[in-house]
Amino acid sequence: MTTPTLLPDGEPRAGGLRHGRPKYLEVRGLTVAFDGFVAVDNVNLDVVQGDLRFLIGPNGAGKTTIIDAITGLVPATGSVNHTGTEILGRKVHKIARLGVGRTFQTASVFENLSVLQNLDIAAGPGRKARELLRRRKGVDAAVQEALEIIGLERAADKQAGTLAHGQKQWLEIGMLLVQNSEVLLLDEPIAGMSQDERDETGQLLRRIAASRITLVIEHDMDFVREFATSVTVLAAGKVLSEGSVAQVQADKKVQDVYLGTAGMEGH
Amino acid sequence: MSTFLRSRWGVLAGFAVGAVLLLVAAPAALSVFNLALLGKFICFAIVAVGIGLAWGRGGMLTLGQGVFFGLGAYIMAMHLKLADASLFGGSGVPDFMSLYGSGEVPGWWEPFRSPVVTLLAVVLVPGLVALVLGLAVFKRRVKGAYFAILSQALAAAFAVFLIGQQATTGGSNGLSGFRSFFGFDLKDPSNKLMLYSIAAVVLLLALAAARQLMHSRFGELLVAVRDQEERVRFLGYDPATIKTVTYVIAAVMAGIAGALFVPIVGIISPADVGVIPSIAFLIGVAIGGRATLLGPVLGALSVAIAQTSLASTFPSFWVYFQGLLFVLVIGFMPGGLASLPRLVSRLKQRNTEKRSTAPASAPQVPASAAPTTATTATTVPEEASR
Amino acid sequence: MELLIGQMFAGLSLGSVLLLAALGLSLTFGQMGVINMAHGEFMMAGAYTAFVVQRSISDAGISLLVSIPVGFLVGGLLGLALEAVLLRRMYHRPLDTLLVTFGVALILQQAARDIFGAPSVDVRAPAWLQGNVELLGAPIPLTRLFILLLSLVCLAGLVAVLKGTPLGRRIRAVVLNRDLAETSGISTRRTDQLTFFIGSGLAGVAGVAVTLIGSTGPYLGTNYIVDAFLVVVAGGVGQIKGAVIAAFALGVLQSVFEFSTTASIGKVLILVLIVVFLQLRPQGIFSLKTRSLA
Repeated sequence: MTTPTLLPDGEPRAGGLRHGRPKYLEVRGLTVAFDGFVAVDNVNLDVVQGDLRFLIGPNGAGKTTIIDAITGLVPATGSVNHTGTEILGRKVHKIARLGVGRTFQTASVFENLSVLQNLDIAAGPGRKARELLRRRKGVDAAVQEALEIIGLERAADKQAGTLAHGQKQWLEIGMLLVQNSEVLLLDEPIAGMSQDERDETGQLLRRIAASRITLVIEHDMDFVREFATSVTVLAAGKVLSEGSVAQVQADKKVQDVYLGTAGMEGH
Repeated sequence: MSTFLRSRWGVLAGFAVGAVLLLVAAPAALSVFNLALLGKFICFAIVAVGIGLAWGRGGMLTLGQGVFFGLGAYIMAMHLKLADASLFGGSGVPDFMSLYGSGEVPGWWEPFRSPVVTLLAVVLVPGLVALVLGLAVFKRRVKGAYFAILSQALAAAFAVFLIGQQATTGGSNGLSGFRSFFGFDLKDPSNKLMLYSIAAVVLLLALAAARQLMHSRFGELLVAVRDQEERVRFLGYDPATIKTVTYVIAAVMAGIAGALFVPIVGIISPADVGVIPSIAFLIGVAIGGRATLLGPVLGALSVAIAQTSLASTFPSFWVYFQGLLFVLVIGFMPGGLASLPRLVSRLKQRNTEKRSTAPASAPQVPASAAPTTATTATTVPEEASR
Repeated sequence: MELLIGQMFAGLSLGSVLLLAALGLSLTFGQMGVINMAHGEFMMAGAYTAFVVQRSISDAGISLLVSIPVGFLVGGLLGLALEAVLLRRMYHRPLDTLLVTFGVALILQQAARDIFGAPSVDVRAPAWLQGNVELLGAPIPLTRLFILLLSLVCLAGLVAVLKGTPLGRRIRAVVLNRDLAETSGISTRRTDQLTFFIGSGLAGVAGVAVTLIGSTGPYLGTNYIVDAFLVVVAGGVGQIKGAVIAAFALGVLQSVFEFSTTASIGKVLILVLIVVFLQLRPQGIFSLKTRSLA
């Protein structure tokens, strides 16, 4: 048995991996309408393995709805292709099993269970019935590694509900890691974190993104500038601009949308 | 002490003590009559173990357990009736059928002449009904409140159905007057002791099964589903499967309990299986502590004992008392008596905080910091599944 | 043909009682998530109100007309008390409200039994409601026609309140988004109380109505509560339109099934139908569209 390596070597880069056949997430014509209101309008989006893509845009631009649509939470039309497999229209848990994982704006961990139990559940959808009916013995290697990565080894037996806010967000990321998702969709992972916690989270994202398809929704432009390898700007449900941080910041359309909202500079 | 109780040997010792109490001490101390009464209570306790799993751990408000209890009971009763009719009547037709009906045994009774079919059906029929209803409700993500209402409607419909079929189910009188149980004379005290012992062993087995489930990965997953069903879905599990499995287990336990109830008590009627008895199953579970292992059993036994001693002497008072129990326990102590130590320690804590004129920045101990272990999630969630 | 029309009308009449009972349930369920099992006992209280009023006003016609508003008040006040004492601290535990209110229902049943005795009592119908009218050759009892009209009047009144008054706007706002309503300055406390008052009051009226077609006993509510809940489930929580359609559909189906099979098999068939229906529309006929995870 080889020790699992949740953390690859290397850094993410714009455009993703340059060797072999990188995995990808290809979104085409994605449209979500609620009762006639079009929240996501014909969105095309490509994220390649090894790219750390940030999704930014003003409030109500449809960022979270895109993730909701990709993960099957809201019905959508169009196509979402994960490395050759169409995932749109499948059930939420089937999509998750195809290697698409997500986090939520408000950290949602199982508060009545311990940190270890949270991670163990995340690691286990492939378990057989017989394994499920047995008591957990020891700690899975992947779970142990995730505990170390997210810095919660000493809190392993603590109830997740008693964790600090930032720790809950990290626990969620840890759950994504042990879930072995190839596609990571993170919804505002640093909301409510201190500056130190943000930096650590950013470093963590850089480390895990090198071998995964990563899409992060974020508002904080300082954070985006520091850690993104590429950025997609969304406004009113449509893709406005795409490219490196510098490119989108120089884009006239983007500046127009953000004018007066003070979104691009500062907070 | 508490670590010993949680260790493997502690658990085994606990079961051994329970077994000695139930199988040796109780038969020695109680009269034949009271032993049968305890046997009846044990049947309710078996139902309670299943409710504790489905409701306490799984967050499914099962208001229709009377249906599964009734299915098991009626299947057993039908077999006993048919067996009696062949043994004593010779005609093979149960007495009440010639009284109310055509005097012929309906086709759907016939399979239950066979003891093997009966024993299988006691387990399989409640399990299948729960499977179908569970899949229909949970797969389509019907709300938790809807599930509660549907399971209650099932109990109502089941009771009305039984009452309506006077000629084949005995109507509101139900089925009674059994004389033998798989060839054993039901009047013989030693056979009564045997029946009681079977019920006690089944209760111990149900407890063992529930404990294994609660402490397994499945049990952890079940709590996760109870607290955050959607989140579990995004981890790649289908919560519907987890809930249905648990619901089926609870239904099977209720079915077996019903089948034991019939020879021990000697009658089953729609009054034992409708809406009211179905909800009444829950109060004992709530009092003992719905999310714990032993709480439901002890709660169900206490309520049954209280009911027997109070209901006949003060019928009106008993109903008020039962109503108040629902209001007070569910409303003000949702964790049941099992949560009492935690409530007390929290109160004490609050008092000491008041007394010590600590500054506002004193370290706040979270409410859930009371001793809990990683392997037991006994707390009742603030947000029971919606 | 006459038989069929008679059955249809019996169904509509049953549906109108179910509607009166379900409107209040649907309101409180939709707004607060409360599953009020004591709602049936509020009906029972309304029925006994009609009985008590008739003891002091001997004219059956006047006593009926007086009983309707008094029944509304009695039901409403009971609801208000229940909300204030118990339910308001339980809004975050919707499933547990079902069990708490079941306890309340047990207490109210026993109280009625101790006050009025176990045997049923009868309320006389006024002379102008005795007899039948002919509809396409089928005899239609006037009492049932009256109940149908009464429920339609209550429905119209409720819709007028919900759509046309500031209170109604507040109720609808709280149903749609409680937190937002609160932050926009709506007193959700007051709104919850008023909703409970109106919803429970309607149960009281339903109780007065059923005295016209049957006798009144301590367990009157238990006959209606489960079916009323099924109406709410099938209609969609908090949806008046859905409740109307579901109530009449359930009433008619029930009487058709009873007619073509037996009452007991009819009950089972209805339940099967509802479960099948929920496979197609898990949220009921109509549903609120929100973005929340739950």
